[in-house]
Amino acid sequence: MDTIKGRVRKFGDNIDTDTITPANTLQLPTEEMIKHAFSPVFPNFYETVQEGDIIVAGNNFGCGSAREQAIDVVKHFGISFIVCESMARTYFRNCIALGIYPLLAEGISSFFSEGDEIEINFQNEEIKNVKTGETAPFKPLSGLPKQIFDGGGILPLLKEKLLKDS
Amino acid sequence: MSTQMNMVEKILARASGQSNVSANDYVMANIDMALVPEAIFKLRSVLIKAGIDEKEVKAWDPEKVVVVIDHRVPPTSVDNARTQKVSRDYVPNLKIKHFYDVFPGVCHQIMVEKGHALPGQLIVGADSHTTTYGALNVASTGIGVSEMAYVIQTGELWFRVPETINFEINGKLADQVYSKDIILYIAGKYGTDIAQYKAIEWTGSVIDDISVAARLTMGNMSVELGAKFGIFKADQKTLDYLKDRTDKEFQPVESDLGANYAEKYLINASEIEPQVAMPHTVGNVKGISEMEDIEINQAVIASCCHGRIEDMEIAAKILKGKKVHPGVRFYVAPASWMEYKEALDRGILSTLVDSGVMIGNPACGFCTGIQGVLAAGERCISASPRNFKGRMGSNEAEIFLASPATVAVSALRGKISDPREVL
Repeated sequence: MDTIKGRVRKFGDNIDTDTITPANTLQLPTEEMIKHAFSPVFPNFYETVQEGDIIVAGNNFGCGSAREQAIDVVKHFGISFIVCESMARTYFRNCIALGIYPLLAEGISSFFSEGDEIEINFQNEEIKNVKTGETAPFKPLSGLPKQIFDGGGILPLLKEKLLKDS
Repeated sequence: MSTQMNMVEKILARASGQSNVSANDYVMANIDMALVPEAIFKLRSVLIKAGIDEKEVKAWDPEKVVVVIDHRVPPTSVDNARTQKVSRDYVPNLKIKHFYDVFPGVCHQIMVEKGHALPGQLIVGADSHTTTYGALNVASTGIGVSEMAYVIQTGELWFRVPETINFEINGKLADQVYSKDIILYIAGKYGTDIAQYKAIEWTGSVIDDISVAARLTMGNMSVELGAKFGIFKADQKTLDYLKDRTDKEFQPVESDLGANYAEKYLINASEIEPQVAMPHTVGNVKGISEMEDIEINQAVIASCCHGRIEDMEIAAKILKGKKVHPGVRFYVAPASWMEYKEALDRGILSTLVDSGVMIGNPACGFCTGIQGVLAAGERCISASPRNFKGRMGSNEAEIFLASPATVAVSALRGKISDPREVL
C-alpha cells in the first residue's frame, strides 16, 4: 500500500452516526439500509457512490452511537479510507476493528471539494489534491491499532484465539 | 516521567498490570465488566459473517458479562420480535450469569442499579452511553460489537491511554438549573469535540453538591463532548448509593496531587441559566433567555440520561394541579421498572397522569425513534442525550434538548419556556 488514488466525497463537520445510518433504518437488510445512508445530508448518496471513493470530512466524523452499521454501509460502498480533521473515538475504534483506514490531518477539509481527485502517499505520509497540488501530512497508524488493522481486524484475531484454545 | 497519575491513568495502569502509564501509551487491559445491550443480535451476526462458530464464543468469566434487551421493548414489529427471540435463544451459549431479558429497563440504568458498575473498575459496553458509570468512579466507555465479541471471549482489549482534561465546576447552581444545564452549557461554549479522544475529570464544589442521579446525567453526556471517559471521584454519596446494591469489594481511585492534565477549565456555575440545545447538534446551545418563542408538539423525559426518580419528581412538582398544553403530547418513560415502581409508590406517576402525561414503559424507544416517532415539521423538547437529525423519526422534525424542568414547563405552555418563570 504505497499510493492510493480516489474520487473525493466531501462532508462537513460532526457527521454523526444517525446521519450515516438513521436509527429507523438499522433493522433493514443491508441492501435496503444503504439507500438511507448519509441521507440527512446527502440524499441518494448510494446512487452516486463508486467503489474506491474516498470520504473527506471535517471535525468529529462518526460522533454519536457505537453502532457498527455506520461502518458496514461505508464498507459496503467500497470505501476503504476516511480522511478527516478528527474522528470520534468509537468510530475510530470501529474503523480499526473492521478494516477502514482512518487518516487524520489538520486543515485537510478545506483542500478538497466534492469530486476532486485525492492521492494518499503512505511512503511520504502525505495527502495531496491532484488538481491543485496542495499537500498535507498525516500520521499513519502505529502500535496496537496498526497490528490489529494489518491482521485484518478484530474478528480474525478472535478466530485465531479460538483456534488456539480449541 | 511523572509517577503521579490521575484517576483514569490509575485504572488503566492497574488493569494492564503496570505500575505507571501515561497519556498516549497503548495498553492491553483486563476488562472488569462488559455490557451488551440489544446489540447482542448484531454481535451474533458479525460472528457468523466472519466465519466463526458463534456457539463457541463464551464469556471469559460468567460473572463479568451483562446482557440487557432494552432498545425495542416491547417489540414493535414481527421482525423485532424475531431478532429478540434469536438473541434470547443465543445468550445461554455465552454462559453468563446476568441476562436481563426485556423486563428490567434501560441497560445503563440496570448496570448501576443492580450494582454491576463499581468504583475503580474498567468497563466496556456495546453502546456509546456506557460513559454513564463514570459518575460512580468507573472508567467506562463504548465499543462496537465486534470488539465486544473479542472482549467476551478474552476479557481484554487495547486502549490508548487518553489525555485527561479537568472541568472544575464551582459556585452554586441557581434555582431550576440542573446538571443537564451544565453539560449543555459546556457543549455550547466549548464545542462537542472539546474532549475528543480524552477523558474528563469532573470536580468542584457543584459536583460535590449534586446527587448521584445528577452525576449519572453528566457521565452519560460526557460522550456528547467526545470523551472516552467522564469520571467523578467516589464520595460518601457514591458509597451510600452502592450500599444496598452490592456486597462485592471495590477499590475507588483518586487523582494524585501532581497528576497530569492536558487542560483545566474553571466553570462558575452561578452564571449558568437553563440551557437548550437547538437542532441538530448537542453543541448548538442557547441560554433560555436568548430564545424566541418556539412552539412544540411533543415533550419527552426518558432514556439512560434521565428517567430517574429525581427527574420525574421535578416534572411532577411543576405539573401538579395543572394540565399539559392541549397541543403537546408529553411522554415520560422511567429508566427502569425499579424507578417506575418507586415513582408509582410515591404518587409521582399519579400526579403526572392527572396532568395529562402519558407514561411509557422503561426502554430506549422515545430517545431513538422507536416509540413516539415525530412527523415532518414537528418539534420535540426532550430530556435525553441526543438531538441528531432524524433520531426521533422524520429528518424534517426538530429535537431540542433541555433539563426535565425546562421540558415540563414547556409542555405546560406549549412552547419552549423558562422554568424559573413558572415556579
